[in-house]
Amino acid sequence: MTAPQNIRVDLQHVADLVVPKSRLLDVGCGDGALLAYLKIFKQVDGRGLELSMSRVRAAVSQGLPVIQGNLETDLADYPTGAFDYVVLSQTLQATHNPRLVLEELLRIGTRAIVSFPNFGYWRVRLSLLFGGRMPVTGVLANPWFDTPNIHLCTISDFIALARAMDIKIEQSFALDSMGRRQGFEATESKANLLSEQALFVLTRA
Amino acid sequence: MNLDKTQQSQPEGGPAYGKSLTLAEPLTLQSGVTLSPVTLAYETYGTLNADRSNCVLVCHALTGDHFVASAHPITKNPGWWIDLVGPGKVIDTDKFFVVCSNVLGGCMGSTGPKEINPATGKPWGLTFPVITIRDMVQAQARLLDHLGIASVFCVLGGSMGAMQALEWAVRFPHRVFSAIPIAGSYRHSAQNIAFHEVGRQAIMADPDWSHGNYLAEGKKPKRGLAVARMAAHITYLSEVALHNKFGRRLQNRDALTYGFEADFQVESYLRHQGSTFVERFDANSYLYITRALDYFDLQAEGGGVLAEAFRGTPVRFCVISFSSDWLYPTSESKTIVHALNAVAANVSFVEVASQQGHDAFLLDEPEFHQTMEGFLAGAAEARGIAYRPANR
Repeated sequence: MTAPQNIRVDLQHVADLVVPKSRLLDVGCGDGALLAYLKIFKQVDGRGLELSMSRVRAAVSQGLPVIQGNLETDLADYPTGAFDYVVLSQTLQATHNPRLVLEELLRIGTRAIVSFPNFGYWRVRLSLLFGGRMPVTGVLANPWFDTPNIHLCTISDFIALARAMDIKIEQSFALDSMGRRQGFEATESKANLLSEQALFVLTRA
Repeated sequence: MNLDKTQQSQPEGGPAYGKSLTLAEPLTLQSGVTLSPVTLAYETYGTLNADRSNCVLVCHALTGDHFVASAHPITKNPGWWIDLVGPGKVIDTDKFFVVCSNVLGGCMGSTGPKEINPATGKPWGLTFPVITIRDMVQAQARLLDHLGIASVFCVLGGSMGAMQALEWAVRFPHRVFSAIPIAGSYRHSAQNIAFHEVGRQAIMADPDWSHGNYLAEGKKPKRGLAVARMAAHITYLSEVALHNKFGRRLQNRDALTYGFEADFQVESYLRHQGSTFVERFDANSYLYITRALDYFDLQAEGGGVLAEAFRGTPVRFCVISFSSDWLYPTSESKTIVHALNAVAANVSFVEVASQQGHDAFLLDEPEFHQTMEGFLAGAAEARGIAYRPANR
């Protein structure tokens, strides 16, 4: 079996966090790049849920156990505690009910690995402050009328929500526009200004 | 000691139905009735490997048979899944040992209403007991026992074949490594039952049906069976497929005849479907097998909760549906997938975009074949069977 030696840098962070031979659900798994990587390099028992049927076909055609479905309705099917990890990459801000989605991730999995773009990033703030227009950046690439992102938040917003939900932040990474680690944690206050995206490992407190 | 008898079945003067096995022990049916003797006609392709791990069990649809990849003895048509099964094909007979048997209740050499009841010396006719999908699967399990196959690598099939594959996974989870239910459902809907009832009533309304006794009387309810087939055939297609194939085009004429001949191509096509079907299929078998389908309800087997039927299943599933299938629509496959998710089963699910309706599973649909090949590659790797590399 051949596998991608290189995966997207943000997926690589997720892959590095995962313990070998664990059970993992990748929500919004795309064509299964992370699942394929984890299967080969970490012998992970992975599953995927993906909205796009063409991506599902691409994943299943590689022999990956992926189903077509909508995370906002279909997460409810999964039993409590079924997975060691549930991964949600760059998708939380596109859901109708992010709070409920977070609840579900931590019901299904012992840990949730969640990444999202930071709306508190200084360029985003400046764009709105001086340009007076909705920001378009590398991470937030679409204009306001054509974006799937309906619930954008800042890192501080996210941390506040986690606190309100009694969710424990086990680990966090501040990431730049390319998804590279910036060398400090996303829970540090400067991350809210200096980081274009963030990745959190969450568990129930 | 295995007392089951194998032979090449060739009834006197009749067509050769391939290999057959007569079970040594009677079969206790889901209804509680004991059926004996039970003979299954079957075909195999490829070679069983040394550790007997490469068996692929193909389950056929309502009017299908065990001639998956070899010529039909009556129609001489090539095998019904010849696009998919053969050397180097997706179900690669160079790698897998493929088994398919004519279902219990069928009319291609397996015990069914057309066969002679040895107790009376007459065809079973309506004295044949009502059989179920579970009974079909129990009989297949006995065939695999006979072939020395403790566990199949994959059980798969389309339509009624999908229901058998699901029943296999539920009934014998430790004898099934993977299952591919294609264009199927977990139970027959009211609409499914309704269409079958139309077909059955068409057969029973034919005077030549003779209350099911037509074989003994030397008759054949051809008209009724043909109408049943015509009605059913419409459900196997889609409106788009019918429109594209026929539209309102006229059959060998330039103008309407203002009569009831087959003016339209679609009429002529359906009549042809009906008349060729009666040459190869037994009307009573049609009654029994449609009944078996109507009775199928995995949700009831799960005590009203479908997921319970699958609880703890070690089977890897690949559920496949077709977008234009309105007989067993994608929503029903999704219900199966949701139930499998609820017990954290290993499941893949793909809806193949196709305009061909339910019958797409019999056709050369590249996306469908790619999906199946990928799933089989992943499963073969997990099972340690040489097939072809996953993650190509």
